[in-house]
Amino acid sequence: MSFKRLWAMLWARNHEFFRDRAAFGWNFMFPFLLVAGFAVIFGGDEPKDFKVGIFPCDSVQAAYDVDECLPPTLKGVRQVQYLGFENLEQGLDKLRHHRIDLLIEKGSPPFRYWVSNSSPKGYTVEKILIGNLVDDADRVMARQEVVTARQIRYIDWLFPGIIGMNMMFSALYGVGFVVVRYRKNGVLKRLKATPLTAFEYLTAQMLSRLFVLAFTLIILWVGCDLIFRFTVEGSYVDLLLIFLLGSLSLTSLGLVIASRGTSEEFSNGVLNFITWPMMFLSEVWFSIEGAPHWVKLTAKAFPLTHMLSAVRKIMNDGATLADVSVELAFLIGFTLLFLIVGASLFSWNK
Amino acid sequence: MSKTPILEAIDVTKRYGTVTAVDHLNLAVPKGVCFGLLGPNGAGKTTLVEIIEGIIAPTSGHVLYQGRPRAASFFERIGIMFQQTALLSFMTVHETLATFQSLYPHSIDIEELIRLCYLEDIRKQLNDKISGGQRQRLLLALALVNQPDLLFLDEPSTGLDPQARRNLWDIVANIKRQGKTIILTTHYMEEAEHLCDIIAIMDHGQMIAQGSPAQLIDQYTEGMHIDLPAECMVNVSELPAADITVLDERAVIQVHDMNRVVQRLLAAGVDLTHMTVHSPTLETVFLNLTGRQLRD
Repeated sequence: MSFKRLWAMLWARNHEFFRDRAAFGWNFMFPFLLVAGFAVIFGGDEPKDFKVGIFPCDSVQAAYDVDECLPPTLKGVRQVQYLGFENLEQGLDKLRHHRIDLLIEKGSPPFRYWVSNSSPKGYTVEKILIGNLVDDADRVMARQEVVTARQIRYIDWLFPGIIGMNMMFSALYGVGFVVVRYRKNGVLKRLKATPLTAFEYLTAQMLSRLFVLAFTLIILWVGCDLIFRFTVEGSYVDLLLIFLLGSLSLTSLGLVIASRGTSEEFSNGVLNFITWPMMFLSEVWFSIEGAPHWVKLTAKAFPLTHMLSAVRKIMNDGATLADVSVELAFLIGFTLLFLIVGASLFSWNK
Repeated sequence: MSKTPILEAIDVTKRYGTVTAVDHLNLAVPKGVCFGLLGPNGAGKTTLVEIIEGIIAPTSGHVLYQGRPRAASFFERIGIMFQQTALLSFMTVHETLATFQSLYPHSIDIEELIRLCYLEDIRKQLNDKISGGQRQRLLLALALVNQPDLLFLDEPSTGLDPQARRNLWDIVANIKRQGKTIILTTHYMEEAEHLCDIIAIMDHGQMIAQGSPAQLIDQYTEGMHIDLPAECMVNVSELPAADITVLDERAVIQVHDMNRVVQRLLAAGVDLTHMTVHSPTLETVFLNLTGRQLRD
């Protein structure tokens, strides 16, 4: 292997990345946009997960607070946002289209309410409101204990997922698309006619993308930390190591996708086929705790699952590298596997 | 010239499914010559050249470089100017040359290369902001960056205007003078005649003729051509040793004995004011060997 050739390719790719104003602007701005998005979503009051309509309560036209329509027993239920409607028809229309999760008629108990039986959120908010109305101490399942240890905020749990998702898209599209485009327009063929080896070329692509991922990660982390003040219970060095291995495994997967083919459309399809299930099953947005066994097993096939699991353990639980050794092993294994497959399948030609 | 060919293709065949692009072809290129490879579209030229270059593998047969199978260092000794190649994006001409220079253990001084290929004025321009002629000169410079012994030029002047083409020919002629071996594929007969010492004509994946331009013209054409308006031939009943073809209101007479034919035309009262005489060219050879049927 020649480091001179590897460096030449790395230098060329980085120049391309930083000089492509549109792509660089997007890659540079995207983390800031994410940070801004987080600030808007999580920076204000507690998020309201459920929407409950109440009628008759034309709060918009009459310009008064919807709370004035609410009976005292329904006020102050956390995570419920109330919306006022003029009449039943208007409220039912919103309910049918899942714009609201439940509809209540204003008045005194017992309240009449409507809920869509095809809405899982409707079922949940129904139970929440009923629970709020019933004062039955005998039916309380257990005594409430207050957790005095540091609570893990939702943003603390979600943030690694967002970072991981951003890394996944950047790694897979950043490598997969570029190499396929270069194969299609003949750049790879031209490079093949030089002493450059496939290993040197692919390593340069990988290192270049790692650099971009690290750059984005730092911006996103520092930006979000300034706003949300994350607490990292474990070691930052361990965290960096996991991110590095995660980036390596995701970039290597990008190399597998880039190893053959000249159709950007086909590559886009393959990338979608991989990224969407990975995004949903790797617990980026929500936990798959309680999902069927086969779903959990499928999730294990994605490197992002192991990266996020390890990052969350280190960040939220103060885990050490020994505690996340299984995730580490998976990430190293995936990287090696993808590199071997990618390098053996790689073709310079169309 | 060394007796061992710098390059040999021995019984090379390439099949794509049921299509045979190159069919048991043999080829030997002497050192220090400009070797032209001609053929109609789909003749198998590009496939053959890419096999020789090591870009694609043959289905059977083998290729020798300086009498031996090509080693890994083969790519260090050759330069290739492909017919269609995009360049690394967002790089200047100078940076592109420097990047390619870094890929080789031995290379030419970039300033010398820039002078040789007339790239001084565009050295700081981005690759995608240069004209077609400048781009071809840059591609040629990239092919020369490692000071190759063997240079492949695949249709180097396609799409260039006459000035840019002449300019490129001058550069290639300069390279020839340095004693390098060049393998040139082209559709331009004038280009082949101007630059090549040896020409090989391919069709249907096989080599159908080979020799110097003069040898091919001598071997595969007969006499000269007289071109006259067709109406002049109305009173001419018979011409000695000549074949007459009427094309687009022009009579084309293939002549073996010019003096006798001209005497006969004058005797028949033909006005020779609009007569033109053509010597056979490489294009005549090409059309005689590959036919006049349109190829896509």
